[in-house]
Amino acid sequence: MDLSLSTETIGDRTIVRVGGEIDVYTAPKLREQLVELVNDGSFHLVVDMEGVDFLDSTGLGVLVGGLKRVRAHEGSLRLVCNQERILKIFRITGLTKVFPIHTSVEEAVAATD
Amino acid sequence: MATVELRFSALPEHVRTARLVAAAVARRAGVDEAVLDEVRLAVGEACTRAVGLHQNGGITAPVKVVLTEEEKQFSIEVGDEAPRHAPGDRAPGAAGDEQDAETEEDEMGLAVISGLVDDVEVTAGEHGGSIRMTWPTTPSVTVLP
Repeated sequence: MDLSLSTETIGDRTIVRVGGEIDVYTAPKLREQLVELVNDGSFHLVVDMEGVDFLDSTGLGVLVGGLKRVRAHEGSLRLVCNQERILKIFRITGLTKVFPIHTSVEEAVAATD
Repeated sequence: MATVELRFSALPEHVRTARLVAAAVARRAGVDEAVLDEVRLAVGEACTRAVGLHQNGGITAPVKVVLTEEEKQFSIEVGDEAPRHAPGDRAPGAAGDEQDAETEEDEMGLAVISGLVDDVEVTAGEHGGSIRMTWPTTPSVTVLP
């Protein structure tokens, strides 16, 4: 399955809904999307990963890159994920300490700290 | 002889194929369903790393994946043909940042593999390297009527 991407704005937050597989082949598309959003002035991103079937280290690298970009503008990058198999990858790489991970888009949008 | 052997051009779009084949063969070999996600991810990481090494080194040879079913275990070996040089070979300052970024991604992939798989062997030499990962299998029990 390929990667699907869609965006939506709620207040000052931009929701990026990701579906399908994020791997070495598809990750560049996600990178382009995040770069484009930041270049257009969206600095508070919520990446909704509920539709993601597969995530590898290339995908993690893109998310870390996105975080670095928004932080340069005092922005934020939050993740929404409830899938154990995806969460596991964040845990084994120690990235649960780097990304705020929420259980719903509503919760991520409401979060301020 | 390997149960299944796969060779693919070092292109990112083929890594998914390698993941699917590896997961299918692992399932048949009796690797626990709960572990198949890990097999898929680990093979993907190993192949991604090999593709990166071939592309960065301008190597046209294919990446090789060998899937072997044994009596109580299933192993996957992902081989590349990228020669490794001793650290410090590179001229100081040459392609510094780019090289660092590549190394970081490479290390992230290896970190995921070692976090997922208990039995991993990474080798590298002047003719290339390989990552060999092994999982235990549960032999299928035939129930008699």
